[in-house]
Amino acid sequence: MPIEILLFKLLLCGIIFVVSLGVAAYATWGERKFAAVLQDRVGPSRAGPFGLLQPIADGVKMFMKEEMLPNKSNKFLFILGPSLFMLTACMVSTVIPWGGDLTLGGVTYNLQITDINIGILYMFGVVSLGIYGIMIGGWASNNKYSLLGALRASSQMISYEIAMGLSIIALVMMTGTLSLREIVEQQNAGVSYVVYQPLGFLIFLICAFAETNRAPFDLAECETELVGGYHTEYSSMKLGLFLFAEYINMFISSAVMVSLYFGGYNFPFQTEIAEALGLSANGLTIIQTLIFFGKIVGFILFFMWVRWTLPRFRYDQLMSLGWKVLLPLALVNIFITGIVMWALGLIGNN
Amino acid sequence: MENTSHLWSYLPIVAMAVIALGFVVTTMVATHYLGPRRKSAVKDDPFECGIEVKGNARTPFSIKYFLVAILFVLFDVEVIFMYPWAVNFKSLGLFGLLEMFSFMALMIVGLIYIIRRGALKWE
Repeated sequence: MPIEILLFKLLLCGIIFVVSLGVAAYATWGERKFAAVLQDRVGPSRAGPFGLLQPIADGVKMFMKEEMLPNKSNKFLFILGPSLFMLTACMVSTVIPWGGDLTLGGVTYNLQITDINIGILYMFGVVSLGIYGIMIGGWASNNKYSLLGALRASSQMISYEIAMGLSIIALVMMTGTLSLREIVEQQNAGVSYVVYQPLGFLIFLICAFAETNRAPFDLAECETELVGGYHTEYSSMKLGLFLFAEYINMFISSAVMVSLYFGGYNFPFQTEIAEALGLSANGLTIIQTLIFFGKIVGFILFFMWVRWTLPRFRYDQLMSLGWKVLLPLALVNIFITGIVMWALGLIGNN
Repeated sequence: MENTSHLWSYLPIVAMAVIALGFVVTTMVATHYLGPRRKSAVKDDPFECGIEVKGNARTPFSIKYFLVAILFVLFDVEVIFMYPWAVNFKSLGLFGLLEMFSFMALMIVGLIYIIRRGALKWE
């Protein structure tokens, strides 16, 4: 790898890290504003114009709060839990293609931190590591509510991971690759994979809600039953990391859904528009990245809309939805995809 | 990028891990020293809605959670088997498709079995 590309990748790592923290911070503000609009309130309005400085105020407050270590807890694991959760939340962004190629001074830089050929598997691997963060945190607290919350969260996440993996298989059958960049590039003709895989997308979307512990799947932190769920005992920035990582997860899973099913950074008629406007390749890349972020924001707003609209599931309903509805549906989706691709003669005959 | 070895493309992931780790460690240390520290025996008790703490939280819990975890391992291994097949699906042709359908049929039989035995029934 040439040295300038390596430096660029390191710079990109830093930028993406800061951007995902920024998006997560402003997603908390957005969530509160969005809830306020839906409930006919004003929402945060004191810190800065439209309450825009609220996330910063919240962050400072979290840092200045007293750090509590419950006397019955396992100290090392108690600190490890939120750290691991945050660490894994930040790691998925490395395989997401944030944009096309930028050519600066004769060298072509790729706006993806790294294009590994097992991108989807890497993503699943890192996402499942996040469960350890919750489980360790909940167990180490030595609190009944925390333990129950952690158990609920982890068994919910692993249950929906199966349906999620199966829904992706139907997509991989069509793409023939596990690299997220190639999947996005295949969609640049204007037709996104959501058109071919509507059922797969629906399953993936529902599983993404369950994996990120968002309503209506937020049983792990069901305040009427479990106080705060797995983070009941946490305070100061340790609690902050748990909450923050959830918003990062929401941002990242939106980015993954956009890349897999909604064309990633592509947008309809992009070559025609670029020609009509006389855009250079670099200009198009920048616009594509902005469009990509626009789509992600759309998904984040959808996550929020669902949270403030639907009531929470009961635990047995949640489990039977995952195992008895989504898992068979995902298998049916693979079946249909296989049959249709065979009928259309898209597979070789040997 | 094409001519470079594969191992190099994992280097940025390590870089990201280092950045994230640095952030987490800094946050943990900062919040430890910035906040006030006023310890007391009652305050450091585990939270139980205000009443006195009774016993240890690490008591036996419902076997169902364990059962779900075991079933997850079973099914996830089956899902992992399907990934290499899905990547090579187009070149494997009709034979590969039928092979996978028989595998999926076995998987569905297993699923029906565990549902019938009530392994996923929550009261």
